[in-house]
Amino acid sequence: MTPATPLKRRKGILGALAAMALTLALFWSLAVAPPDAFQGEVQRIMYLHLPSILTAYLSYFLVFVGSAMYLWKRERRDDLLAHAAAELGVLFTALTIIEGAIWGKPTWGVWWTWDARLTLTAILLLIYTGYLMLRSLIDDEQRAATAAAILGIIGFFDIPLIHMSVYWWRTLHQPPSILRPDKAPWENVHPAMLTALAISFVAFLLLYFYLLSLRYRVGEMRQEISALKLARGA
Amino acid sequence: MALLKQSYLMLSKDLRLELRRRDSLLTMFSFGTLLLFVFHFSLDLAPDKIAEVAPALLWLAFLFTGTLGLAQLFQPERENHCLDALLLSPLDRGALFLAKSCLNFLLMIAVELVVIPLFWILFNLSNWNLLPQLFLVTFLGTLGFCVLGTVMSALTLKARARELLLPLVLFPLMIPVLLSAVRCMEAILKTGTWDDALHWIRLLLAFDVIFLTLGVLLFDWVIEG
Repeated sequence: MTPATPLKRRKGILGALAAMALTLALFWSLAVAPPDAFQGEVQRIMYLHLPSILTAYLSYFLVFVGSAMYLWKRERRDDLLAHAAAELGVLFTALTIIEGAIWGKPTWGVWWTWDARLTLTAILLLIYTGYLMLRSLIDDEQRAATAAAILGIIGFFDIPLIHMSVYWWRTLHQPPSILRPDKAPWENVHPAMLTALAISFVAFLLLYFYLLSLRYRVGEMRQEISALKLARGA
Repeated sequence: MALLKQSYLMLSKDLRLELRRRDSLLTMFSFGTLLLFVFHFSLDLAPDKIAEVAPALLWLAFLFTGTLGLAQLFQPERENHCLDALLLSPLDRGALFLAKSCLNFLLMIAVELVVIPLFWILFNLSNWNLLPQLFLVTFLGTLGFCVLGTVMSALTLKARARELLLPLVLFPLMIPVLLSAVRCMEAILKTGTWDDALHWIRLLLAFDVIFLTLGVLLFDWVIEG
């Protein structure tokens, strides 16, 4: 069944909103926000880098929610959500790492270092890439969905442990400037920078949900095709 | 405690099988020992340097040997539709999980009890008095490896390229165990006391408890698909 026209239109509106927000974010990050006092213009990558990783975290949370709901209710749509969110999570994590490398070379002098936060991000990428591989290597659809759901839940519980172990072991990454425990965000960072970051984050959220809806639809269509094949083969 | 009784039944069956055929045991022993030789050829280090990397090398060896064991863990059940028969019986799935993890745990302990002293001999290390503490850390780490590994082994049972997929999904999740165990052993080897190692031990224990619980709770879904 093709999606009803209202749904198509909703997705289209979301896409248009995302495009507008991204344009605004681009303008604000590049033209309105001032360059950093120490790093200069390079610092502007932050307006991509932070929203990327926060979107990835959101995505992984959605994987957990989808996985748990699927095991509980066994409804296809939760599994579709988890799968779509995992793919997007991997995408945004990979983007974060690349953006971080581009930012790191001029500022830290290296493309990569085994600092706590970078290591954790790389581990997240590995875990969810494994999730996607697990899905694609199991032929039976329902078994694949269940296995992936279990992995999604186990991954979610493991992440705090991984976080603790890696943090105790290493720290070099800049301590958080926005969410510092002792100062309010606006005392630390120029207001125009905060605005640029906020706009950027909203833009990324819109983009993310647009992509998620598209990927979810692709998953639905794949299932329709398998069902049709099965019916035809019978 | 029906759960424990059933686990014990399953475990004794598996142990009996294992002790008679010794498939897994012998392959794991051989592989663990082989790795020690591989380490010698790949690393040309002075004896004092070897002591620094000993925990890391040992844990690499255990990870790979343990993965071998995990890959073979459900082999008896795969033949002759035994798994289907087991699932048709009133066996608690959590009991199956406990029994299998315990089996892999015992196999790995057997290997570790040989490989660690062998490492000390082959690489001429002298602090033999620290071995009991190192064994304790190793057992805690092995427990974590076995509980999570059993879940992953069952999850990938029907996957293609299973031997590749199992380490691929397991190793990133094992990082807390690897980190904690190695840092803990390094601390013990350096200072001879538990002081620096305590928070790592706590993390290991937390990992073990969390995934033992999760394993028992989730194994229904894991094994039935």
